[in-house]
Amino acid sequence: MERAARSISDEKTAQMVIGANGLSVRCTGAWIVRGIAQLEQHLTRITWPEAGDLVFDCSDLTALDTSGAWLLQRTVRELEQRGRRITIIGLRPQFVSLLQLVASCTMMPQSAPAALPNLLTRIGRQSWQVWLNMSGMLAFIGETASILLYSCLQPRRIRWRAILHNLQTAGFEALPIVGLLSLLMGLVIAYQGADQLQRFGANIFIADLVGLSMMRELSPLLTAIIVAGRSGSAYAAEIGTMKVTEEIDALRTIGVGPTELLVLPKLLALIIALPLLTVFADITGVLGGMIMARSKLDVSFDVFINRLGDAVRLSSFLTGVGKAPVFAAIIALVGCYQGFQVTGSADSVGRQTTVSVVQAIFLVILSDALFSIVFNWLNI
Amino acid sequence: MSTAPEQTGDEVIAIRNLCTRFGNNVVHDNISLTVQPGEIFALVGGSGCGKSTLLRTILLLQLPVSGSIRVFGREVLGLNDEQALPLRHRFGVMFERGALFSALTVTENVAMVLREHTQLDPNMIAQIAALKIALTGLPADAGLKYPSELSGGMRKRAALARAIALDPELLFLDEPTAGLDPLSAAGIDDLVRSLRDALGLTIMLVTHDLDLLWRVADRVAVLGEGHILGVGTMTELSKMDHPIIKDYFYGPRGRAASEQAWKRK
Repeated sequence: MERAARSISDEKTAQMVIGANGLSVRCTGAWIVRGIAQLEQHLTRITWPEAGDLVFDCSDLTALDTSGAWLLQRTVRELEQRGRRITIIGLRPQFVSLLQLVASCTMMPQSAPAALPNLLTRIGRQSWQVWLNMSGMLAFIGETASILLYSCLQPRRIRWRAILHNLQTAGFEALPIVGLLSLLMGLVIAYQGADQLQRFGANIFIADLVGLSMMRELSPLLTAIIVAGRSGSAYAAEIGTMKVTEEIDALRTIGVGPTELLVLPKLLALIIALPLLTVFADITGVLGGMIMARSKLDVSFDVFINRLGDAVRLSSFLTGVGKAPVFAAIIALVGCYQGFQVTGSADSVGRQTTVSVVQAIFLVILSDALFSIVFNWLNI
Repeated sequence: MSTAPEQTGDEVIAIRNLCTRFGNNVVHDNISLTVQPGEIFALVGGSGCGKSTLLRTILLLQLPVSGSIRVFGREVLGLNDEQALPLRHRFGVMFERGALFSALTVTENVAMVLREHTQLDPNMIAQIAALKIALTGLPADAGLKYPSELSGGMRKRAALARAIALDPELLFLDEPTAGLDPLSAAGIDDLVRSLRDALGLTIMLVTHDLDLLWRVADRVAVLGEGHILGVGTMTELSKMDHPIIKDYFYGPRGRAASEQAWKRK
């Protein structure tokens, strides 16, 4: 039989001491949420007297809160379940009512957390999620396309003001960052190529290298990735937050289609803005190449530009710019779709925003690869 | 209950000459208030009269222009977060829209407070969290749900469960019954009373609910035009002459609530 709890001199700490006769139990100290941690640990190891009725003497209890009352209540109930009779004495009146309040609560049965599903289940669920996501995306594209068609038939329903606003935020305001990154990209390509070209005395071909790689591939891709990170994520977060605050539902009840108001202006604005941004990226990229060509290869600006006209055919430029509207559609649709997928909570907004950027960039690069294959077939 | 004496030294909250401004908009102009231990103190007033601002100022979420606020005898203005922590352990706050963490279930919301501030083991924390949830009258399965899956009334109760997680000595309730059906609101009335009676809490609440005021508030302060227009029990206030107070308590809804209260007596 364990005689007593470790004697802890601190008045603040809750204690339970089994008396010498083994049948009277003294509860002392402050049984409050910050003082019962040790006692609770101690109670799990305590050995109760074998038999007999127990008396809990609570006259030295200095404080009791719901957590302490719960601990007392739990201890008493566990002993009662083992067929013991418990009497509590010396409890102050307000503590009695607290104990009654706690005892009157019907507690939720402790449900164990669901076991982790096995590998097969997880694969199945994941695939189902992917399938749902894909079919949902297709449905969304279809819906948007049909509303777009409808709007084209009734042009006054198109919200020009919203389109202009989106052009400003997604297009014009992206100019500095797109320009700067593209300039750096042009510089880097020229710098990397300069050594190789110099070795063959083919300095002038720097124009071919920078012009073709920037205009055909890099600037559309670079611009699309920047815009996906800048605007695609903003679309998802904006629509997602509107979903959380029930603004989307409010729009529906007012009789304004959320797709028409929120998606179409973004889609149309981005389809206009992204090719323009791409052209801007072409210009600054080539400028970067020119700067590097002059400083490292002694190719002056006018020689570079003359060569550029021969090296880059119109079709190369157009294939680059032509990809941009497709990228724009992907970014806008994925961003908006993920925004609509938000359910209820703040972390859902964060999750869908992340998904929107990752998916948009993935699909942009994938479609770029498809373009390459198609252009190769067509010999462009 | 009579009006409490001014500044005896053992008041839970003592506000003196508090002034708050947003730009040129004066919200509080020289406000003084005291809240006694164990009382249920209500702040009322029209929308935008600065009730919630006063609450936020006491909670150190907002800085006033001048004045002093003493909570448990300690000046709170000018405390940094670290110094305020022992004080905050003794507060429980229920925000108007719940402010539950949406990424956590209701049980986790309550348990999180316990986990951060006590050394209890996880099993015990789960049990105490379940107890608090049961105390607020939520159904048994609500604990496993996320806030977004709850109705407005249930969210209020869950927020209350989190506010009382650490058995605070001082509980702030911002609009505890707003948006609840009459039955749930009455449940909150009883809950507030029984919490006060059983735990000896001091409760400060902001409300528009006249039934709640008649049923649970020991003292009520009416805020308006940047001043305290009147402090006292509901019966005392209802006899005051100030036009705003009269409008407040003797509007059509005020009358119905006071008649109800008389009938109960």
